[in-house]
Amino acid sequence: MPEPLVFHFDVDGNDFTSAGTASVTVKKNLRQLGLPSEVIKKLSIAMYEGEINMVIHADGGTADVIVGESYIDIILADHGPGIPNVELAMQEGYSTATAQIHSLGFGAGMGLPNMKRYSDEMTIDTRLNEGTTVKMRIYL
Amino acid sequence: MTVSELTQNGLTALTLPDGDRSIEGVYMGDLLSWVMGNASTDNAWITIMSNLNVVAVAVLTDVSCVILAEGVELPADVKAQAEAKGVNILTSELPSYETAVKLYELLR
Repeated sequence: MPEPLVFHFDVDGNDFTSAGTASVTVKKNLRQLGLPSEVIKKLSIAMYEGEINMVIHADGGTADVIVGESYIDIILADHGPGIPNVELAMQEGYSTATAQIHSLGFGAGMGLPNMKRYSDEMTIDTRLNEGTTVKMRIYL
Repeated sequence: MTVSELTQNGLTALTLPDGDRSIEGVYMGDLLSWVMGNASTDNAWITIMSNLNVVAVAVLTDVSCVILAEGVELPADVKAQAEAKGVNILTSELPSYETAVKLYELLR
């Protein structure tokens, strides 16, 4: 089996406006690989929501995209405060974002729901005061 | 209808790196995650948001253009980023609803 292709990104927690750099780059790279555009769209949106979450809530983190033969994994890891109630966070419309974040057009409480919606499998491993790792898988 | 053709019908182009993009339907919204969850590829996206994240959302959703309603101004850094990423941005002096109605007339 060939080695999977891996893209690694550091997501800068201080720069809200540059969030999306990793997702937009991944989108471009996956296009060059000739993957179906619907798969690329789902994946890059799911990843962007994750990037935004890490910037808003966790002071940044890392994003890894692993392109296998039959699926693509996105692993988003941060050392933020953790998610106290995952079930609540998964509800559409639930948000703890600040007014400043709202003024930028985020904080609608759709981030995690969109990530679930656009991925085929999603797991959240979160520990209070230690961090959160979200793993998403999209089948090709 | 293409994005370039739209600019001949009362909408002004602020960036037009890919004017041949075809417009198939319209999506209107200002909450970016909502837009990402619901806008379709090749939609014209009407919004009043004009920060850098709008460019990323336009790229990720594959909309054919962004239309800034209410004559919202486009900051220079956002304009540069849109040009670099191939995102068409138009502006309309009309509010979002009237802009949508105008597009409805043009697209049907």
